[in-house]
Amino acid sequence: MQYLIDSLGTALVLIFSLDSDVLSTVQISVVTSCCSLVIAALLGIPLGTLLGSYRFFGRRVCITLLNTMMALPTVVVGLLIFGLFSRQGPFGTFGLLFTPMLIIIGQAVLATPIVANYTLAAVKGADKRILPTALTLGASPLQARLQLLRQVRFGVMAAVIAAFGRVIAEVGVAMMLGGNIRGYTRTMTTAVALETSKGEFAFAMALGLILMLLALLVNLFLNLLQQK
Amino acid sequence: MPCLILKNSYATRLLLLLLIILMPLCATAAERLRLATTTSTDNSGLLELLLPPFEQAYHCEVDVIAVGTGRALRLGEKGDVDVVLVHAREKEDAFIAAGYGVERRDVMYNDFVLIGPAADPAQVAELKDVAAAFGAIMQAETVFVSRGDESGTHFREMQLWQAAGVEPQGPWYLEAGRGMGEVLIMADESRGYALTDRGTYLAFKDKIALKVLLSGDSRLFNPYGVMAVNPAKHPHVKSELASAFCEYLASDQAKAIIRSFRKGGEPLFYVED
Repeated sequence: MQYLIDSLGTALVLIFSLDSDVLSTVQISVVTSCCSLVIAALLGIPLGTLLGSYRFFGRRVCITLLNTMMALPTVVVGLLIFGLFSRQGPFGTFGLLFTPMLIIIGQAVLATPIVANYTLAAVKGADKRILPTALTLGASPLQARLQLLRQVRFGVMAAVIAAFGRVIAEVGVAMMLGGNIRGYTRTMTTAVALETSKGEFAFAMALGLILMLLALLVNLFLNLLQQK
Repeated sequence: MPCLILKNSYATRLLLLLLIILMPLCATAAERLRLATTTSTDNSGLLELLLPPFEQAYHCEVDVIAVGTGRALRLGEKGDVDVVLVHAREKEDAFIAAGYGVERRDVMYNDFVLIGPAADPAQVAELKDVAAAFGAIMQAETVFVSRGDESGTHFREMQLWQAAGVEPQGPWYLEAGRGMGEVLIMADESRGYALTDRGTYLAFKDKIALKVLLSGDSRLFNPYGVMAVNPAKHPHVKSELASAFCEYLASDQAKAIIRSFRKGGEPLFYVED
């Protein structure tokens, strides 16, 4: 119990003293998560809309695959991408291993199925008349689907929030692909893992609390957007 | 699509926010040297003192990837890092012999210690011979927590079991597959024995109840060496910077830093004069 109180105190000190190490891990976490979310949104939203509004051969298989991908363990994604981007791997020449870039790629792989799945659910739950109405009013198939997305924008927002939760909290990809390099690829979660391994439990817990605070802030901000 | 974004005020704001967040990524960085090393050197805080003078002198950033010795060497073999700082002399020699590494230099040393519960059920505290102590633990079948992760400490532990002439097996032998710190905690929680480097033990001394029961055997000597990854094998490595780094670690400046590095008044690493 004592160490929970200690860690709360440490967290407050860290936040209010603007500790530069903590700030840099927060920044790295936020930057990599946001970048991967942009990629995931660009891939996942169209994919989810496509699966939700067209009927085609193999659609059920695609949806099942997508559902399975949501359960991808982060270390497996890390392992796979590590193999691809190691110097011996097919993309080794880019030299991306142990850079923030590769964390972003790995997290995008984790986030895309989540965005796609939630978008799919939102699109399927939308008013069935939107698409035919828009088409009858002369919208092109693309315009009609953009209209559909506008109608379900809260659902799409929820998709992005869920994906944010996944990437900001994951540790396998960031550790394996980023290498936990101080000030460069050390994210909140890998810092927590490191401090735990050093036995600095209160400090690690404090970082965990800051991570939760960050998630709260992001969700409050998105909530504000939704109310507009 | 563009007009859709402009019409939605919150979409515009989101986009602006993202641009602001993405900005720092565009900043160009100095040259980066990738160093794979062991958790014991990084977690102790030594590198935080040792690296800045080098980074300033060469206008570069040293990226520290702290993993076990086995993984560090494998990263070097594959050319994923430029330089390795590890502690497993035989593995290092094999690394050089296979042509993966060049310019090996001795950097520093400390020692391993055998720790265990103060009650000492296997009676190892009276022994001087570490192999005999390992045999006694095996005989008593008291819990022993092994790193089990191919780290330098794990390599040494395997050598010691071999020296004791026994194969550690059974419910008393726990292969953790984790870092030194976690293993110390596990050993403490299960009132067991463990082999650890002295530096990590000193860092954890106040958090665990385990005591040093045996130290000083010559087989517990723990030397660290640095090697540059061979540019003939991997042309993309930053070989000039890497060899400058190897030279720096063996320099008088680095030695002075290592010598003055202390935790709770005790030195964690030693250098040869």
